[in-house]
Parts: sequence; structure tokens; C-alpha cells
Amino acid sequence: MASYSTNEFKGGLKVMLDGDPCSIVENEFVKPGKGQAFNRVKLRNLKTGRVWERTFRSGESLEAADVMDRDMEYLYNDGEFFHFMEPETFEQHQASSDAVGDTAKWLKEQDLCTVTLYNGAPLAVTPPNHVILEITDTDPGVRGDTAQGGTKPATLATGAVVKVPLFLEIGETIKVDTRTGEYLGRAREE
Amino acid sequence: MTANHWHPSATGAALRQRAALLAKIRHFFSQRQVLEVEVPVLSHRATSDPHIESIPAEYCGNTSYLTTSPEFGLKRLLAAGIGDCYYLGKAFRQGECGRRHNPEFTLLEWYRCGWDDRRLMLEVAELLGLVLGISQVQSLSYRALFLRELQLDPHSASDKELTACVGRTIALSFTPGDRAECLDLLMSHYLEPAMGEGITLLYDFPAHQAALAKVVADEQGTPVARRFEAYVGGVELANGYWELTDSAEQLQRFQADLQYRRSHSRPTPPFDERLLLALQAGMPECAGVALGVDRLMMLAGGYGSIEEVIAFPIARA
Repeated sequence: MASYSTNEFKGGLKVMLDGDPCSIVENEFVKPGKGQAFNRVKLRNLKTGRVWERTFRSGESLEAADVMDRDMEYLYNDGEFFHFMEPETFEQHQASSDAVGDTAKWLKEQDLCTVTLYNGAPLAVTPPNHVILEITDTDPGVRGDTAQGGTKPATLATGAVVKVPLFLEIGETIKVDTRTGEYLGRAREE
Repeated sequence: MTANHWHPSATGAALRQRAALLAKIRHFFSQRQVLEVEVPVLSHRATSDPHIESIPAEYCGNTSYLTTSPEFGLKRLLAAGIGDCYYLGKAFRQGECGRRHNPEFTLLEWYRCGWDDRRLMLEVAELLGLVLGISQVQSLSYRALFLRELQLDPHSASDKELTACVGRTIALSFTPGDRAECLDLLMSHYLEPAMGEGITLLYDFPAHQAALAKVVADEQGTPVARRFEAYVGGVELANGYWELTDSAEQLQRFQADLQYRRSHSRPTPPFDERLLLALQAGMPECAGVALGVDRLMMLAGGYGSIEEVIAFPIARA
């Protein structure tokens, strides 16, 4: 298996640390004046999602993790597994709810997600940055000044709850940023 | 590294700011009758510093080196009687690349004859104050900083206490090898960020970190390196010495450096015997300091990475 030295570390590189596959988030080279050089590295544990901080001696190496990202279409949830399909090969993969985790609340059938495979099996799922979802529950809309004003919680078709402007109603479709959970606007008819 | 990155990584505004900074520095020294000099960046000899690597360059079939600092050239000029002088130009260090490091960088180094480290520290603070518009200066010893932040005396703490302190404060992927490594870890991970805003002048380093500074007993009788570092907001900017002038001691340090390098499987390039000859001929008592100009630019303009203040950093060079 290949290994990477600290000077090859960069965001997104997948390596093994303490037996778990990790993705490097940040790598900072630090060197006190006349002293030794170190690399302060932030890594996301791809199994648990936890971010680890670890200091390496510059020049140390970590083994590469057998991890790859694939774009896949979300098909359905059978109650136990989430099913995805590679659009080109039609190959299907089933991901456990552990692997999907919090992402489940953004998964809409036919949306294209990034599925991270570890030793060939789904390890994590990243939703598209923007999703378009229908509001299934929220307090009744308030007409009037729509340019500014407060927000209210709205439940979306996939179960996610986001803050939306007061004038929105049940049945409307909206665009949401999945990275921040932020309401971006009403979805236009396409 | 992508081939289509022909354009600079710094904005035009940053490059104009940079030119103004260089002009300000030159004005500062011309007002004080400190002479600007140039020394070679391509040298037959390399640094022996245990933690700094030179970049080799082939010259007419022989290995030469890009200099890691203008120190040896400047000291030879001092021994030749040039008097107060400074160098403002390029230096090169192998493998140093990151948010605050580029392997090719701009260094300002100057020497003051008849001065010691304490007096030079104040001039460094004046220059930083002028460029950065900061008037807040704290100066404290290396020991005082450790005592203040970690309740630990870096000179007298046992190896075990130091290792335990590192273990409590830093998540490591390795076991620290010696006390020097523990101190470096605590400094870079814990103490630098704790220094706060303003200019911090840190002096009296552990004797084993003397590099080319005189070692003298402090008021508590501990031998300390008469060396200082200047930080702004926890960013290390400058490193100065009350310079070692004793050629026999210098030779010993070169040999100790090479010994350390051999035992750590690092390259052992030949040391600079021309510096020894210059010291033998008699270099005046003096203090000298090197200051990272790119980092100074980062601070002066509020930039977050060195790439924003260098037209073509290594990835685009």
C-alpha cells in the first residue's frame, strides 16, 4: 500500500490513522526559529466523523487509505439500508444507517450524492450541496412585509427542519444548502 | 502544481505594498548609517545548523549550496572592517513550505558593532513598531514565559516533567526524543499562541539552543544563550544573537552540529572554514538579527498566507 509523507499532506487526502480511514482537513507546517519542524494536522475520521488533531514530525509518513469517492444516485431506503446506484454501470450499493448518518435528512430519491467507498463498501455519504425539497409542515404563512422579518421552523419532505421566512406555506418547494442547513430561496419551476 | 498558473498569487496592491515596505526598511537603515551590502546566495559551503537544510545547486560539476541566510558572508565583511551593515534579499531552505513558509524567501539581516542582544532587541522593536504601527511591546525571558504559561522552569525541569507537560497539552503521533524537542513542541503549539497581540521580545534561550550566540550565565547563574526572538501576535518574525566571536568555540559548535547530523542520519555538508578564518582574524563584538520580510508583509497587510505576499511562491515558481 502507498504511503504519504507529511510534505504531501493536503486537504482531501485519505490516510489511515490508528486503524481508521481519515481525510486530511488541514495541514500546517510549523517550525520554531532554530528548532525542529512539525506538521500540525487536522484529520476527519471517516468512520465516526470526528475531527482529530495530531502533530507529526516533518517527514513522517502515513499509509494511504483504500478510500474512493463516487457519484451515485440515491434510490430508496428499505427500512434498514439506503440503496445507491452508479449511474454509468448501474451497479448498486447498500449503505447502512451508520454510514449515512445525519445525511439521511437530505436524501431525496434520484439526487446525485457522493458515496465514499472504503475497501469497496460505503463508508460515508455526502449529499449534494444544494437540495430542492417540499415543505410538509410549518405554521401558516404571514402576508405583508416579506423583505425583512423573522423566520419560523419548517419540516421538509425528507424530515429535515430548517428556518424559513414567515411567508412560506406548506406545499411550497425551497432550495437549501445542506452544508449549513440554510434556506436559500424558493425553488423555481424547472 | 498546475501548469496553467502563470499569473502571480499576490495581488497588484500587495506587490505595491511590498515595494513600499522594502523602501521603508532601506530608509530606516540609511537614516541610521547602516550600510546595505550584498553577499553571495550561491556558496561552496552549507549551513551546519541541525534543523535547517540547504538546497544544493550544481556549479561547474561541483556541489554548491543556496545559502540559508547571509550570516557567514556578513560576518566576513564585519571581520574585514565594513562596520554596521545589512542585507535585504533572498535566502533558501529545503523542505520549508506552508502557510508561513516558502523555500525561497526574503530575509533582512543586520549587524550592529559594539552592541549586545539587549540593545539590538530594542532596535528590532522600533523597526516593527514603525512598519506595523504597534507601540505595545513586552519583553520577557524564555524562562519567564514558561513560568507564566506553564508553571514550568525550562532550564531546571526534569526530562520527565517536560515530557509529561507535552503529553498533557499536545496530541502527538510520536514520542518526544529529547528535551530540545519537548521545548520546541511547547513553544510552537502552546506558548506562541499564548503570547497575545503586540510585540513580544523573548530572550535568554536554553544554552543548547545557542546556535551562534554567546552563552553567558544569567542572574540566577544558569548558562543561557544570549539570543532573542521577536514575535508579533504569536508569529515569529526575527531571531537575533549577541554574536559568538571566538573561533575555537565556533569550530566546536560546527563539529557538534555535524555530530548531531550524523547521529540523526541527516546530510553533513562541509562547514564554512572561511568563517573560522574571519573569526580568527578578529570579528568585532557585535549583535546581529535576521527578520523574515514576507511574514512582516503578511502582518503589515493583514494577509493570512505567504502566497498572498509573494508574486510567485514555489508552486508557481
